[in-house]
Amino acid sequence: MNKIVKNAEEAIIGVSNGMTLMLGGFGLCGIPENSLKALAESGIKDLVCISNNAGIDDFGLGVLLRDRQLKKMIASYVGENKEFERQFLSGELEVELNPQGTLAERIRAGGAGIPAFFVPAGYGTEVAQGKEVREFNGKMHLLETALTADFAFVKAKYGDYSGNLIYNNTANNFNNMMASAGKITIAEVEELVPTGELDPNQIHTPGIFVQRIFKGTGYEKRIEFETVR
Amino acid sequence: MALDKNGIAQRIAQELKDGYYVNLGIGIPTLVANYIPDGMEVTLQSENGLLGIGPFPEKGKADPDLINAGKQTVTATSGASFFDSALSFAMIRGGHIDLTVLGAFEVSEKGDIASWKIPGKLVKGMGGAMDLVASAKNIIVATTHTNRKGESKLLRKCTLPLTGVACVKRIVTDLAVLDIVEEGFKLIERAPGVTVEEIKNATEGFLFIDGDIPEMNI
Repeated sequence: MNKIVKNAEEAIIGVSNGMTLMLGGFGLCGIPENSLKALAESGIKDLVCISNNAGIDDFGLGVLLRDRQLKKMIASYVGENKEFERQFLSGELEVELNPQGTLAERIRAGGAGIPAFFVPAGYGTEVAQGKEVREFNGKMHLLETALTADFAFVKAKYGDYSGNLIYNNTANNFNNMMASAGKITIAEVEELVPTGELDPNQIHTPGIFVQRIFKGTGYEKRIEFETVR
Repeated sequence: MALDKNGIAQRIAQELKDGYYVNLGIGIPTLVANYIPDGMEVTLQSENGLLGIGPFPEKGKADPDLINAGKQTVTATSGASFFDSALSFAMIRGGHIDLTVLGAFEVSEKGDIASWKIPGKLVKGMGGAMDLVASAKNIIVATTHTNRKGESKLLRKCTLPLTGVACVKRIVTDLAVLDIVEEGFKLIERAPGVTVEEIKNATEGFLFIDGDIPEMNI
């Protein structure tokens, strides 16, 4: 089966209004830049987006936000986006904030076929509202449910024609779990190589989780806070 | 005299032990890394997916694919490892992190902490703070004793949305080191030159004073 698509425009075929999407990355690190650009240009709207962050005002998910393509965001930290804050406070955008580890585990569980699980994070806080509470080992836990998506968009450093992926440094972050939690997972990679060229010992995401793959172009890899010695 | 941010970080560094795996939050906690005693092996964890945070990169050497949880460019130490965020929180939730240091807007005498949201004003999100406070074996809060308006941040009860309940063990402020005990905030140490009276005046919650209170050794 051929998983290779030409570019982001071809990769996003099938994404339509109102769908739930997962977008990998932490801040601007490891975000699927090409796919995000194609989604912004497509004008597809009423999207529910699951992403740890919401990009910045003029880059990443921030562009979709600016153009009012998002109906709802499920995220953990959205601090560096003024437009997000404005839309949230005015009620234009529905927002569900999750503790980061809970968000990561909900996605992992979604990909692993675990419908729900208990975690201590958020007990006694507003995150606990409406959730089942149960005590294990003398500690209170919240029942959290799994997340899946119609499409998951991930970005890796290397990929092969079979969809195997290798991430670079901290650009793995949410990408690995999201790859497993998308009904259709689209991987964009910096280098796309023929099957067999990647060392099987080094694969982070096995190809079974990836349905479409393409070589991205023109990566900007913007840095949010360049901090030096 | 009250400590500055670096002084708070320096005092917290005295809590470190050889072999510790530590998660440092954004702000004052990050500065603790500057005061790890020579010869002590402390491994810093970043919840986005890095165990072994190194110093900030040299100018011109920043790697956009290598950041900490505060989204700042960092380096990785020799012996570091990278992983996805689910595994990262397995380290945290699973109790593998020895010490968590984080900032706060408010702490209550029961050890509740509010650090992530000011209703109607600031929408940032909790990030990994709720996971960290719910699961770390030992949590130290690094904060100024009072806010910019001079109001105490050490309260009977938190007024802001909580990050976690009954989880803080120790608080290091610009004025004092305090432990959360059954009675409330137990005064452990004073900042150099700061009187018990000054600490009492800056603490809204119950301050439990047992005997002579030594000065911090910094």
